[in-house]
Amino acid sequence: MTPRVVIIGAGPAGIRAAERLVRAGLRPVVMDEASQCGGQIYRQPPEPLRRPAQALYGFEAARATSVHQTFGALRPHIDYRPLSSLWHVEGRTLHVLQTQEDGQALNESMTFDALILATGATERVLPCPGWTLPGVFTLGAAQISLKAQAALLGPRIVFAGTGPLLYLVAWQYAKQGARVMAVLDESPATTRWKILPAMMARPSVVLKAAWIVASLRLASVPVHQGVRLIRAEEDATTQSVQALTWQDGQGHTHTTACDALALGHGLRSESQAADLAGCAFEFHPVEQAWLPRTDALGRSSVAGVYLAGDGAQVRGADAAELAGALAACAALEDLSLDVATQEIASLQQALRAHDTFRVAMSQLSEPRQNWAQEAPDDLVVCRCEEVTAGALRQCAKDTGAVELNRLKAFTRIGMGRCQGRMCSPAAARLLAHAQQIPLNKVGRLRSQPPIKPVPLQALGAGRSGGSASVVPPGERDD
Amino acid sequence: MTGPTMRPWLQRLTLTRSGTPQPSPVAFELDGHAVEGREGDTVLSAVLALGVALRHTEYRGQPRAGFCFMGACQDCWMQTIDGKRLRACSTPLQAGMRLVTQVSMTGIPKDPA
Repeated sequence: MTPRVVIIGAGPAGIRAAERLVRAGLRPVVMDEASQCGGQIYRQPPEPLRRPAQALYGFEAARATSVHQTFGALRPHIDYRPLSSLWHVEGRTLHVLQTQEDGQALNESMTFDALILATGATERVLPCPGWTLPGVFTLGAAQISLKAQAALLGPRIVFAGTGPLLYLVAWQYAKQGARVMAVLDESPATTRWKILPAMMARPSVVLKAAWIVASLRLASVPVHQGVRLIRAEEDATTQSVQALTWQDGQGHTHTTACDALALGHGLRSESQAADLAGCAFEFHPVEQAWLPRTDALGRSSVAGVYLAGDGAQVRGADAAELAGALAACAALEDLSLDVATQEIASLQQALRAHDTFRVAMSQLSEPRQNWAQEAPDDLVVCRCEEVTAGALRQCAKDTGAVELNRLKAFTRIGMGRCQGRMCSPAAARLLAHAQQIPLNKVGRLRSQPPIKPVPLQALGAGRSGGSASVVPPGERDD
Repeated sequence: MTGPTMRPWLQRLTLTRSGTPQPSPVAFELDGHAVEGREGDTVLSAVLALGVALRHTEYRGQPRAGFCFMGACQDCWMQTIDGKRLRACSTPLQAGMRLVTQVSMTGIPKDPA
């Protein structure tokens, strides 16, 4: 009987994994939440907003096109499930919510013999006061708006935070004629010299980075490093962001007027599926994050479960392609199918440069050392449950909690719809600082199903009565 | 449109594509007002382009207008006039959609002003 291999994610890692499996004669299931392949980095706009690859992906146009075309060729040989969201993993069973043509959601379960998780990453954000205001978005959001919606956030926009994406998106906006008011990097100016040796593992990327920074300066975009973000200021009339107050490397305070703020501090892996699948996690000092443990090929601690791409460890799109192929090789080996040792060795060899580079990118993305110390009590840390830094600190003091899940139980941090995606890096740092213990000692939020919100109706709760009708106006009591 | 002065956060690029028509407008309803988006818009883009907050938070009634654009932050859940919920950033805008940004404590959409 042909083994069922399921791949979660149709980004670069998932696509290359599918390609390798198809080459071995298998017919993998490829599940993805979007309606088109590409993940986030190679996200494709809807048909009415199509533009040439060069316009959409810039330097990465050739890679993006290759990935998309590969997937196109794979379609007849795979079981492709777009608009499908994995919401739980129970042993060998996957629970998936699929959005139908009419917008209805259909719940479905399927078992797997091998599971390749290529779930990608989201932004890591260390909040600043005012970050929940309308007009404040992530750096990724600014990029997705441009790429997938042919639209700019702004009109006047400030880019702030840390990491390579900060400069890349600012440059993409400047090229489009956007009013980029400032690029504010919270990383000290010395960091780029510190990481230069590691960055030289990928010289072409160093050149691109230098080009981007030079272009920004030529376009007279103010670029500052060693910055401290103080507050996104509210316009009371429109209840949205109107300016960003910040401190420069010399300690002087500035206020830059803007209509939008794009904020981010590197990326964080989406590891909820790995957690629910029972994978063991370990703390990675470079990323300052808990990640699922993998061997050199991407095998997790659970037999038959493999990890690839940014969802396993953030190494970028090119590394994701290699890691996807490698994870597929591991799955094939474990299914007793032949894989040449040389093939595995070449993939691992190619990944080495990316591993070195990853260290540089992580350092560039590090948030301010004193972030937790500097966070004011009234800072809303958990966007979903609206829990403040002060509430977290008070709880740590009152209860003596030294572990993140305990803090969650008391304060509801991480219990909301986003399940800690946006708040857990901040919560972990605040708890560590409050209790004066290292970050790797406060634990990590345990993932709970559903990975993303699922309507009860789709799970059969509303089946007997059909959809509830709205209370007529005359009978309402509100 | 009722409510505070708007501050559109999203500006659509004019697409210059030889031989292909410009994306057409898409008519929909927001808080009872007849408004327009553009073909290809997600619900989030369409509402941001109008400068209106999508929802208000359950605990403190704070306005929110999306955050991550990629279905991760879950901050852009909106309701339709018949009480259905949708995640704005991952829902394509469809003609005739009737969306509301003001929802009472019972979760039932308030009658548009």
